[in-house]
Amino acid sequence: MRDIDAKEVTNTVTRLFLEANYYLPDDVLEALKKAGDTEESPAGKEVLAQLVKNVDIAAKDQIALCQDCGAAVVFLELGQEVHVVGGDLTNAINEGVRVAYEKGYLRKSMVKQPFSARANTKDNTPAIIYTEIVPGDKLKITAVPKGGGAENMSRLVMLTPSAGRQGIIDNVLKIVDEAGSNPCPPIIVGVGIGGTAEKTMMLAKKSLLRKVGEHNADPEVADLEKELLEKVNKLGIGPMGYGGRTTALAVNIEVFPAHIAGMPLAINLNCHSARHKEAVI
Amino acid sequence: MPEVINLPLSEKIITELKAGDNVLLNGVIYVARDAAHKRIIEALEKGQPLPFDLKGQTIYYMGPAPAKPGTVIGSAGPTSSYRMDVYAPRLMAVGLKGMIGKGQRTPSVLDAMKKYRAVYFAAIGGTGALLSKSIKKAEVIAYEELGAEAVRKLEVANFPVTVINDIYGGDLYQQGKAQYKIIS
Repeated sequence: MRDIDAKEVTNTVTRLFLEANYYLPDDVLEALKKAGDTEESPAGKEVLAQLVKNVDIAAKDQIALCQDCGAAVVFLELGQEVHVVGGDLTNAINEGVRVAYEKGYLRKSMVKQPFSARANTKDNTPAIIYTEIVPGDKLKITAVPKGGGAENMSRLVMLTPSAGRQGIIDNVLKIVDEAGSNPCPPIIVGVGIGGTAEKTMMLAKKSLLRKVGEHNADPEVADLEKELLEKVNKLGIGPMGYGGRTTALAVNIEVFPAHIAGMPLAINLNCHSARHKEAVI
Repeated sequence: MPEVINLPLSEKIITELKAGDNVLLNGVIYVARDAAHKRIIEALEKGQPLPFDLKGQTIYYMGPAPAKPGTVIGSAGPTSSYRMDVYAPRLMAVGLKGMIGKGQRTPSVLDAMKKYRAVYFAAIGGTGALLSKSIKKAEVIAYEELGAEAVRKLEVANFPVTVINDIYGGDLYQQGKAQYKIIS
């Protein structure tokens, strides 16, 4: 067993949420710049230039890229040889979030009772934590500040087997088209196929962590990603919905075996401010 | 160069604005999003005083990040407007003339905009750091307990927005998409 101090978890979570909110990942920034070179729509081109400018200002001034500093989603890959000492793991993560959002002048966006009083928890906790137990003696932490605008455009469709590949294509296009300008395009389209209802939603969300331009290792899935990206970019929505060729920077698909009766499809969209940051302890 | 507009919006300006126009706003805008809208509507229904006189004014759908010491405001970009659609026609009925947000509106809002002669602008979503530089003054004027959702009065200088919906039924989202959609 290897001991990891809960304090180290807290400090790491704090650092990750600060960095995620101030600095856009390099792959996303590169994709925005590249899109700016190729976009045909003058309005779309101007939007992309402003997005790049915003990234520069946030980094230089150490202020949040977007005022929506997100729900604090945390993915853990916890080695089965790890022993967390000196505190409760969940509390350690929440403390990390609390410190980051206070110290970093990040917006606190969580409300306690969603259907009535909606009182702000004032420290952006609780974090939304998913833990996977993996072999080894390390702890990998991925911090994902997830904005509400794109998250609201998520969809779950319990497709049945007859829908097939075409059913996936038709539904993804319909959902992205209906979302239009709301999720702040150019977006990253996260797609989960298979599993159960909740499993496929998780697949869609986790697919958003992939680097822009990387494809699924399964060539059949990679082909579907490429076909969908091309089709999404023919919708004409464009940067911020002002019209153009750049509606999505990537379509990422994760697949899991499904029950003989079903073919769940989940869509989770990320705005162009596709923030995430990881560390291994 | 985009046109420079001094707020509040005059009837003449409203008449001239067309979907797709890029303009720079100067002057006072008021900030309100979901929770504040709910309260303003409740106050209207009960005949209670409003946090500010809506007549002729422009509302920015936004909830800022906190200001770092020595700055006016934190990151301050637009939020999705459709969540305010249930409230917006009522506010236009009592004189609201401009809305700033992002994303498409429902037909009832577009109808109200034609009826009450109001304009919907978008700021670029996700550019809160950049947009904060055009905000010269910020003050919470009501519902302070709502935190990021409190009503604020802002003074903006050359605040960049694009006209999405004008009073003639023009819609940049529809026009832009129609122009670039490829049917295969």
